[in-house]
Amino acid sequence: MMPEPILDIQDLRTVFRIGGRDIAAVSDLELSIAPGETVALVGESGSGKSVTSLSVMGLLPKKVGRIASGTIRFRGKSGVTNDLAQMDGESLRRIRGNDIGMVFQEPMTSLNPVYTVGEQIAEPIRIHLGRSHKQAAEDAVKLLADVGIPDPARRARQYPHELSGGMRQRATIAMALACDPALLIADEPTTALDVTIQAQILELLAKVQAERGMAMLFVTHNLGVVAEIADRVAVMYAGRIVETGPVDQVFAHPRHPYTKGLLRSVPRLGEATALKRAGTPLPTIAGSVPSLANLPQGCSFAPRCPYAIDACAVAVPALVDAGEGQLSRCIRWQEL
Amino acid sequence: MTEQPFLSVTGLTKHFKPAAFSRGPVVRAIEDVSFEVPRGKVVGLVGESGSGKTTIGRSVLRLVEPTAGTVLVDGVDMTKLSARELRQQRSRMQYIFQDPFASLSPRMTIGQILMEGLEIQGVEPRETRVARAKAALAAVELPADAFDRYAHEFSGGQRQRIGIARALALEPELIVADEPVSALDVSIQAQIINLLRDLQLRLGLTMLFISHDLAVVEYICDTVIVLYLGRIMEIAPAETLYANPRHPYTRALLSAIPEPIPGRTSQRQVLVGDIPSPANPPSGCVFRTRCPLAIEACAGAVPGLETVGTEHRSACIRNAEIAAGAIS
Ligand SMILES: Nc1ncnc2c1ncn2[C@@H]1O[C@H](COP(=O)(O)OP(=O)(O)O)[C@@H](O)[C@H]1O
Ligand SMILES: Nc1ncnc2c1ncn2[C@@H]1O[C@H](COP(=O)(O)OP(=O)(O)O)[C@@H](O)[C@H]1O
Ligand code: SF4
Ligand SMILES: [Mg+2]
Ligand SMILES: [Mg+2]
Repeated sequence: MMPEPILDIQDLRTVFRIGGRDIAAVSDLELSIAPGETVALVGESGSGKSVTSLSVMGLLPKKVGRIASGTIRFRGKSGVTNDLAQMDGESLRRIRGNDIGMVFQEPMTSLNPVYTVGEQIAEPIRIHLGRSHKQAAEDAVKLLADVGIPDPARRARQYPHELSGGMRQRATIAMALACDPALLIADEPTTALDVTIQAQILELLAKVQAERGMAMLFVTHNLGVVAEIADRVAVMYAGRIVETGPVDQVFAHPRHPYTKGLLRSVPRLGEATALKRAGTPLPTIAGSVPSLANLPQGCSFAPRCPYAIDACAVAVPALVDAGEGQLSRCIRWQEL
Repeated sequence: MTEQPFLSVTGLTKHFKPAAFSRGPVVRAIEDVSFEVPRGKVVGLVGESGSGKTTIGRSVLRLVEPTAGTVLVDGVDMTKLSARELRQQRSRMQYIFQDPFASLSPRMTIGQILMEGLEIQGVEPRETRVARAKAALAAVELPADAFDRYAHEFSGGQRQRIGIARALALEPELIVADEPVSALDVSIQAQIINLLRDLQLRLGLTMLFISHDLAVVEYICDTVIVLYLGRIMEIAPAETLYANPRHPYTRALLSAIPEPIPGRTSQRQVLVGDIPSPANPPSGCVFRTRCPLAIEACAGAVPGLETVGTEHRSACIRNAEIAAGAIS
């Protein structure tokens, strides 16, 4: 028996109002995360990963973007479950930063340049946990130490611009952890960092996640990062999850042609030399991602799919059980 | 090898001075960089951000004035040319940028973009310019009707093809490609690398290929140079570098690249600390503050690039111990 999920998204559809028309950026999205589990949302740019995480956090751009249908059931620290899709702005604000911590690609999305790092980490501790100024300031220094910032007391008194990119991302992780959230949402937290610093931040996130038993939704375009950090993965294409399952299972036996093509496109260290000698081109996926305003009939991947047959253009394939905990949105998954 | 290299860089150094009347420190972007690119070959410049890759690329075309050193292109010293001679010499080279979005004018058709450089080079008559632009579009596998359309109508990968077509239309001998696939999705990256490799072989182009990602350069490069804080750490034929990396930084960089291999529990070695500021680089070996093998002597003299194998050089004072497998 799987434990009761902490986050359970059903039939989510998120739309943007563009030129008087609703364009769906996310459709038919089903995703659940168990307590202490890390789920990665992976896909190429524009596939709807950030829109999914913004929908959960209640941070869709006002007026333009909205959740058109679906439920996002989330169980907070108090044990109470709410449907985030139905909550008003004020209630969502109480959940964000308290029950749900957030880390973004660009640390300056979360950090305010005119306050010291310590003040910013202390603020949610005072607001959500009701601690005194003095206590919150001490907690902030301790959190900075927890995320591996050397000389944390001095760093707490500095402004964000005085920190390197990697240190700033550590500080936003400290801020996200301040109220001991039940769920951490990290949207491309290492994408802007150099690869040796990315390795440090991934190690840190895995450590704090394990120590706290926190659940994590990790958004990334990098399949290698998924292998490092996640238990389960959901692969998105043109607004839909096309495949999901345990990471090792999906990577060893992809059951969707898009997952398969994407995995083959990732350059493997030391393997290109043989291809080059043989005069073989690197594996690619032909064509490019379709426009959301103009999706093909049926399976959105069909125009680029080497397995496509006429039946693929009839209806959007359902996400079906492909065994071993995998689900695939491909009518030919058994032939892969 | 008797033929002289097409590109020959010797002792290249660039210190960015603070603007007049501002205080800031001198930034040591590149220090004493030397390498050669034989005609028709591809050399990769790899390193993390701020390691000096772009500064080297721009110095080759003398888009920045080097503080010291020489750049010979087909035997001509770029650093000694008059403005007129420089224009002449530069017409043999092209620079391809990372950002296909920023580098294409939104107000011009693709045809106009491709012909602009030809007009500046004085290619006449117009029919010749049109023909060369159309041939370039075909070479990058874009449809002919792209000629009359605008950049915003194209995807990121297609825009990078347009950027490549613009360079090709000018029939360069040397191309500096500065992170040409870094802004693209992984499936599109491979398309563009295949295209560049194909064109490079077919046209016999000489290329300097810049990337922060070691995984991306293996296929296209004959030789790879690994940079750290403005200095060359290691240089080797591509197949040697990946199979037998010698420098502790190259090894760390390779180990830091996450790969989607099932069941691979990462035995990775995570470097501690941040990259130091190029305004205040460490003494001796610039990598020593993060190097897992650093010893006291590393703070002394700057290690020279020593030969450790066939066309393989590494700048580490512990080369001999590393070669013997005594340390790793
Ligand atoms: N503010 C916005 N206004 C209009 N459309 C948007 C906006 N944000 C996102 N979209 C649409 O949603 C799609 C998915 O975006 P996003 O979730 O950000 O992709 P990614 O997978 O790269 O995170 C985009 O291709 C775009 O069409
Ligand atoms: N015009 C400039 N003025 C001052 N510093 C510069 C300038 N251009 C580059 N630098 C500095 O030189 C160093 C090397 O930069 P760059 O060559 O762009 O590195 P890379 O391309 O490897 O990221 C960096 O520290 C950068 O900040
Ligand atoms: S010289 Fe020293 S610090 Fe530099 S790479 Fe070699 S062992 Fe490391
Ligand atoms: Mg995103
Ligand atoms: Mg650069």
